[in-house]
Amino acid sequence: MSTTAHSVVSPGRLSKSIAGAVVIIYALVTMIPLAWILLTSFKSPPDSISYPPKVIFEPTAEGYCNLFTTRSRQTDEYIESLGPPQGICDEITRKRNMVIVGESNYWPRFMNSLIIGFGSTVLAVFLGTLAAYGFSRFRVPLADDLLFFILSTRMMPPIAVAIPIYLMYRELGLSDTAMGMILLYTAVNVSLAVWLLKGFIDEIPREYEEAAMIDGYSRMQAFFKVVLPQATTGIAATAIFCLIFAWNEYAFAVLLTSGEAQTAPPFIPTIIGEGGQDWPAVAAGTTIFLVPILVFTILLRKQLLRGITFGAVRK
Amino acid sequence: MAEVRLESVTRRFGDAVAVDHVDLVIADGEFVVLLGPTGAGKTTTLRLIAGLEKPDGGRIVIGGEDVSDCAPSERDVAFVFQQYSLYPHLTVFENLAFPLKSPARRMPKDEIAARVNKVAAMVRIDHKLANRSTALSGGEMQRVAIGRALVRDPSIFLMDEPLSSLDAKLRAELRVELKRIQNEIGATLLYVTHDQVEAMTMADRIGILAEGKLLQIGTPREIYTDPVNLHVAARLGHPHINLLKPGLLPCESVPGGARTIGARTEHLEIRPSAKNDANARVDWIEHLGDQNHLHISSEGEKIITLADPYAGINPGDAISLSLKNPLFFDENGHRIT
Repeated sequence: MSTTAHSVVSPGRLSKSIAGAVVIIYALVTMIPLAWILLTSFKSPPDSISYPPKVIFEPTAEGYCNLFTTRSRQTDEYIESLGPPQGICDEITRKRNMVIVGESNYWPRFMNSLIIGFGSTVLAVFLGTLAAYGFSRFRVPLADDLLFFILSTRMMPPIAVAIPIYLMYRELGLSDTAMGMILLYTAVNVSLAVWLLKGFIDEIPREYEEAAMIDGYSRMQAFFKVVLPQATTGIAATAIFCLIFAWNEYAFAVLLTSGEAQTAPPFIPTIIGEGGQDWPAVAAGTTIFLVPILVFTILLRKQLLRGITFGAVRK
Repeated sequence: MAEVRLESVTRRFGDAVAVDHVDLVIADGEFVVLLGPTGAGKTTTLRLIAGLEKPDGGRIVIGGEDVSDCAPSERDVAFVFQQYSLYPHLTVFENLAFPLKSPARRMPKDEIAARVNKVAAMVRIDHKLANRSTALSGGEMQRVAIGRALVRDPSIFLMDEPLSSLDAKLRAELRVELKRIQNEIGATLLYVTHDQVEAMTMADRIGILAEGKLLQIGTPREIYTDPVNLHVAARLGHPHINLLKPGLLPCESVPGGARTIGARTEHLEIRPSAKNDANARVDWIEHLGDQNHLHISSEGEKIITLADPYAGINPGDAISLSLKNPLFFDENGHRIT
């Protein structure tokens, strides 16, 4: 009696277990490279290139020490003439007949990534939210064409316009500046942000703002008081997508940054060149590079799931 | 509270005229119901008064002041929407306090709390003030929505089918309560519905809208007994008014020019047929409990009327049907009196 036209046969125990097993196996397979990077970052350089590969090894902080320092080779006599080692990295370095001569560029590059990644994300989401609200609520002339135009900026790989952008940036003095990279990533991300957020804002009934406007608020106040609190899910999901793009972007970063504004992705491969093939240092750099995205994604995982399944669960 | 006056207000959407030169005066303290089918322009009329739509022509005057060009927040009206009326991210208390916290009012905190508590008691939601507004039943949500309008003491309450998304029992309950509250505070109220029971029971005056035009406005009794045309006559009465050709049924005096006769239950006299004077037959009877709907056919015309359940009429009976002071309409559907 209680069945309805929409009832779905709920999966049995066996199919549930099979589905669960498939998901777990898939997750394990995709996580192997990440686990390998984490393991490699704690290996010594000889362990990292040993064959067959070592799964069990003696962990060392050497990769991390090498990542954050620059070192120079010295004679044994010179090293012995120094005082007792200052900290664990000094000790490890001396065992390799080297001394620490300074800090590497990893932290500044990592900070550049943070500034450019989060800066462009905040800007893209801010602009995207306002534009999406406008498209969602007002009769914009040629709205469909404008939305298509916005989407069309994503239809070719961004790198296809690398040369004109390179030339423009050189003329404008934006090459190798954080501002230039923030603007570039914002321009790429804002189309995604507008489209994604328009869908979310369309779902918020306009009666809420109308009620607020009648209750004595201006449209702007109603937007901040009523629309924004309900759009947080969409804003969070959009922010994650934007951050992931800006964080991982490599091609433009290689082309347009070389020093001051260089981000971590083009920097990490250059670690290899500093004193042999230092895979543990590369792995250490990669591991640390993964942390912000990991933290951000875990903090907003519910919203991210909502963003990924967006469209499938709409009424 | 204040008088609200619409002067020849017109609103177009593209080629469609949603509200067509509507003149309407809602007196201070009056309960006016706009009744009409979907698309008649009821909601647009409310939105025009609220300032959510701008009129293409005409003036809207609230309390003697022309507000046609004012923003919604400057008009001091309260609006109860059909649904989606509560702010889902706020509690019941915060919802009720929301209009009082607005930049337009900026009321001190203790006064807000006092007002919210008073109104919450009035709409009987005071036990759920701390609840999230999404954790309420449909009836409770509409109580809060009505409360959010009441908390403000505006110049007019505008209500857009506030009860239509509720089930029948709740609707009847809230209908009575709404009328009680309106009496208590002497509110000026413009209420939109397509439910004739709501219109008949609550209104001081009913306005009948069709295709953007205000066809007639008057007391429920006037609208029911004295409709100006076929459309108005067809809006009220249950079962639906029967529209018959003159001459089908016997009638004392039919005025010249009458093309249609409107016959409600009270205009039809049913007598069990004696011998050969039967002019109609009972096809079937719908038993609704307190009353019976009689489906009658007469020379191929279908007629529906009410009958006393104990009248002893059975399906298949031949009956004699006659008209008693029915409504007459001319060829354009206008009433002939």
